[in-house]
Amino acid sequence: MSSGTNYINATKGIKSWIFTVDHKRIGIMYLAFVLLAFFLGGMFAILLRLELLTPSALYLTAKQYNQAFTLHGAIMVFLFIVPSIPASLGNFFLPIQLGAIDVAFPKLNLASLWIYVIGAVFCFYSIIGGSVDTGWTFYTPYSSSTDTSVIPMIMGVFILGFSSILTGINFIVTVHKMRAPGLSWFKMPLFIWTLYSTAIIQVLATPVLAITVLLLMLERTIGIGIFDPALGGDPVLFQHFFWFYSHPAVYIMILPAMGVISEVVATFCKKKLFGYELMAYSSMAIAFISFLVWGHHLYVSGQSPYATMLFSLLTFLVGIPSGIKVFNWIATMYTGSIDLKSPFLYFLSFIFLFTIGGFTGVVLGSLSLDIHLHDTYFVVAHFHYVMMGGTVMAFLAGLHYWWPKMFGKMYSEVAARIAFIFVFVGFNMVFFIQFIMGSKGMPRRYYNYLPEFQPYHVVSTIGSWILAVGFFIILGYFIHSLMKGKQAPPNPWGSSAMEWKIASPPTTFNFDENLPYIDHGPYDYPKGNS
Amino acid sequence: MSEQDNITSLVDYGTTWLPGSYSTLSDIVDVQFNAILWLSVFGTIGITLVTLYFCLKYKRTEKNQVAEKQIDHNLTVEVIWTVIPLIIVMVIFYWGFRDYLRLMVAPEDAMEIRVTGEKWRWYFEYPGTDKRPSDDLVVPVGQAVKLVMSSKDVLHSFFIPNFRVKRDVQPNRYSHLWFEATKIGTFQIFCTEYCGAQHSNMQAKLIVMSRNDFEEWKETGEDTETPLPILGKRLYKSKACNACHSIDGSRVIGPTWKNAYGTMRELESGDSVLIDDNYLRESIVYPANKIAKGYPNVMNSYAGLLSDREINALIEYIKTLKE
Repeated sequence: MSSGTNYINATKGIKSWIFTVDHKRIGIMYLAFVLLAFFLGGMFAILLRLELLTPSALYLTAKQYNQAFTLHGAIMVFLFIVPSIPASLGNFFLPIQLGAIDVAFPKLNLASLWIYVIGAVFCFYSIIGGSVDTGWTFYTPYSSSTDTSVIPMIMGVFILGFSSILTGINFIVTVHKMRAPGLSWFKMPLFIWTLYSTAIIQVLATPVLAITVLLLMLERTIGIGIFDPALGGDPVLFQHFFWFYSHPAVYIMILPAMGVISEVVATFCKKKLFGYELMAYSSMAIAFISFLVWGHHLYVSGQSPYATMLFSLLTFLVGIPSGIKVFNWIATMYTGSIDLKSPFLYFLSFIFLFTIGGFTGVVLGSLSLDIHLHDTYFVVAHFHYVMMGGTVMAFLAGLHYWWPKMFGKMYSEVAARIAFIFVFVGFNMVFFIQFIMGSKGMPRRYYNYLPEFQPYHVVSTIGSWILAVGFFIILGYFIHSLMKGKQAPPNPWGSSAMEWKIASPPTTFNFDENLPYIDHGPYDYPKGNS
Repeated sequence: MSEQDNITSLVDYGTTWLPGSYSTLSDIVDVQFNAILWLSVFGTIGITLVTLYFCLKYKRTEKNQVAEKQIDHNLTVEVIWTVIPLIIVMVIFYWGFRDYLRLMVAPEDAMEIRVTGEKWRWYFEYPGTDKRPSDDLVVPVGQAVKLVMSSKDVLHSFFIPNFRVKRDVQPNRYSHLWFEATKIGTFQIFCTEYCGAQHSNMQAKLIVMSRNDFEEWKETGEDTETPLPILGKRLYKSKACNACHSIDGSRVIGPTWKNAYGTMRELESGDSVLIDDNYLRESIVYPANKIAKGYPNVMNSYAGLLSDREINALIEYIKTLKE
């Protein structure tokens, strides 16, 4: 490969990146930005955990602590996890898996990237200029009355929303119009199906968030009373609006992760994905039902008991397709040829952690139990098992899986396995103990806590250091791979997927001659003679 | 902390997962929690064991280079693993909803107590008595109690872990919560809706008494015996003055009380004022009148919440903080 030109060396200079319309270069730049955001959000997490080592003040003031958990949440949600997989891996691989040379609107794709950067600048401005302290949920009337910089942060969220919507529109049109000849809907890889479901949620739900934060801005600037009771508004209305976006957003975060996991398990087991069609349908089902469960964040907020009952029922129903997916992934391993390389290790940890996240979701879905557990560490642990144990593990699986394709370089498998152990052990130390703390009654967002909870917090904080070491090892071997990594062959894993049939790294137009004709299913592996 | 030492520990009592269960409904919540907990433990172990077994059995080896069989789907197993979880979660749904209704609907004969939350304290009022607003929630054992709750500023949430009850407290509507205590003792109350800098200090004590003790407590009038500075020191904590004012010279939300009395204070308006008895009283009753320079105007009025003697006690306590 070293002789040929590829998308990285095709043109040179910083301008060729800033103004590129190549979906692969845009995906790589997105990857760099979301990883930067992950690093920053992670730093805030480490600071928080350190402060919580002791029951009273350690080195932050109460206000600084509140700002730190707000920034951790806001950065991780809006700058990292929402764009993470779709904008980086999705941008890079969606057109290739469709057998297309680019997305439908390459310039819109570029616009989406730079709108993201502008949104991020507003968020960073909020960090420097009097950090916001409302929690990432911006609940009113606290957010209408606090003297910290709420407006730059929600302005940033407003702008980031457009980036998300534009990526969503682009993906929807690309999937509809740019499929290679012969590639019918049910020959598409599941990664495409999940990105497509995600894109629909992004386009339909994000405007609601945009309007909500706009209304909050109007309330703070010119005093129009919408959410603040002092001005005649209703704070619970804000919660309804906010979660009408933010619950579907949870599926914006997890659906692409499910897509990555599907690709990884098929490749490393050399198996057709078990229940492929049902998996495709269930992704769409999740996308649809996800719009109808926002009220489960408001069980103790005073919505009517009948609404609460319906939200609980729908919440249990949305869990079923996710459960079926877990069974399907495991069934895919049956009679396979399983290669326990690092992407597959992350697949295994995804299954384990996502299962725990799912079961604890059942606990929280039950109305009477949620009354006790709402706003405790149990909830914190639950969504970290789903978001970090689910999405971040899948992101890592995808990154290790596609790294050779994206950069044309291999990384050290030994180092990857060592890092995996740190990440897995560290993660469980940080968060498993938080389930117990929470059900024992420890409320979340507490700067000071009852001294009797200290042993739990100490375990959690030590875990955060182990987790951080794991991430630094990953950073180390990825940088080493870029500098000195072995050249990657086109198909190091023996996958049957489309992206592995082209060069590593791909050329600018992905397919050198004609667009491919795709006449087989996405997971076309042979079976043994036995 | 010495005053809180007698609060029943959340960690030391109860099970590994749950704090002690001391209300008539906390046991039914625990039964369901434990049922789902064990279902989850067995489910997770089962899924993990199957996964690891497959990893060992179908590991890629010299002989196992391609998959043994390619299986697209199997209707029987797919129906089984769709229908069984569906039945299980529907049972849990019904179970949770049934218990939820029991937690929501207070009995007709419940005793009403008014709860007010404000940054960053709770206080409790007893309709039909002459009792001044209390800093502790005092209730008789074996009597259904209905709390009628509201907030004076932002959202708060009222949480008694030992009773498994929680409810948001809002500025624009009343919310309700009820329980019936089964054990005499002192228990922890938390605020669980984030409400700003001192959110984690917005705690209160729940004191469950025998019926006779409760009747007696209700009749006790104002404390006229404790010397004023000592009463003031007690009020400093129990009225949550300590959430915003330090006594060691450090800056929290408001000005420190240390060495304050008798000095001149610069005001936001540009004037300055001597800190004397009159200024202190005015600042407690009408805190927005004279704002200290450089400090936010965030204090709520204590008018009606403190008796004259209690205000005097606080002023006398502040006087003792001069070195």
